[in-house]
Amino acid sequence: MEYVLIIIAAVFVSNIVLNQFLGICPFIGVSNKVETALGMTGAVTFVMVIATLVTYIIYQYVLVPLDLTYLRTITFILVIASLVQLVEIILKKISPPLYQALGIFLPLITTNCAVLGVAVLAVQQDFTLLGSTVFAIGNALGFGLALITFSGIREQLDMMNVPKGMKGVPIAFIVAGLMAMAFMGFAGLV
Amino acid sequence: MNQWNNFSKGILKENAVLVLFLGLCPTLGVTTSAVNGLGMGLATTFVLVMSNLVVSLVKNAIPDKVRIPAFIVIIAAFVTVVELVMKAYIPSLFDALGLFIPLIVVNCVVLGRAEAFASKNNVVSSIIDGLGMGVGFALALTVLGGVREILGSGSIFGLSFIEGDGMLLFILPPGAFLALGYLIVLANKLKEKTT
Repeated sequence: MEYVLIIIAAVFVSNIVLNQFLGICPFIGVSNKVETALGMTGAVTFVMVIATLVTYIIYQYVLVPLDLTYLRTITFILVIASLVQLVEIILKKISPPLYQALGIFLPLITTNCAVLGVAVLAVQQDFTLLGSTVFAIGNALGFGLALITFSGIREQLDMMNVPKGMKGVPIAFIVAGLMAMAFMGFAGLV
Repeated sequence: MNQWNNFSKGILKENAVLVLFLGLCPTLGVTTSAVNGLGMGLATTFVLVMSNLVVSLVKNAIPDKVRIPAFIVIIAAFVTVVELVMKAYIPSLFDALGLFIPLIVVNCVVLGRAEAFASKNNVVSSIIDGLGMGVGFALALTVLGGVREILGSGSIFGLSFIEGDGMLLFILPPGAFLALGYLIVLANKLKEKTT
């Protein structure tokens, strides 16, 4: 039950994109088509869950015992950067079709603040190992939900008559604002 | 003159937030008040200038293949400096900015300037470029924070000028998206006029 609550909280109540403002760059950048949004969601889910798991273990079993917690930021970003490289190499060998689908998104993920953000949040909130994994899965789902619905709306938006000055990114922000308002309806759910 | 161009391009013509759409997460996340926006802007400016300085100094010593991880380590070191200094001397701002301080590491503005400018130019130009980009970033964040603070809580830099609450929406997450959307429209208009 506790884990169900973590997931509901991460997906709806404090949605990582619309409430926490993490991962805005891919949210605006790759949301032109539903197809690319799906690819990005897959890649982020993959990296986010593995990264949170690995950084959690390193933080709890290496940095805390050695009293090196002030190195958290440097360690985490290095782990994530090398993990992304590793995932890229492994995917290329094991599953070429999956690599084809996710490949172009992987390098972008190193600078996706959602991944580092979730890793940092997971160690800040004193979750257990299983809890932080569930937390990462929930946040990845929340990222996917926001990104895919948003890209669906933007596809429709292309056919609309938008005022000249608002075309492109400005109208996308207005839409995101309205979506964030809708998600505020979930406040108090957990 | 050339150095002046180097500095001023970051303020409007190539403004990181309003024109290039980089560093949007902290832009939206911390700008609930003008002070928070300014604090985040100054912290990012410091990291930008220092990382540009170091990257331009060591650019010839770093092999091309590992340059991105090397840049990230340099940036992360300065972010840690900011984190510790802020925690010690301005704890209230440290609490307000929260998660977004370690996240300066993944602010695309910083890595973007290291990669696109400092790794190709000399030390003085790189410092000036970092300063210009940083000032532009800080300006955008302060204006956005100011707008949200005026509309949302009826005060500016903490000085209240109305009784009671403002339009709470602008302090809440949706207000951030809406305010930034209109600010980008305004920046586009301004840019059209100057060119």
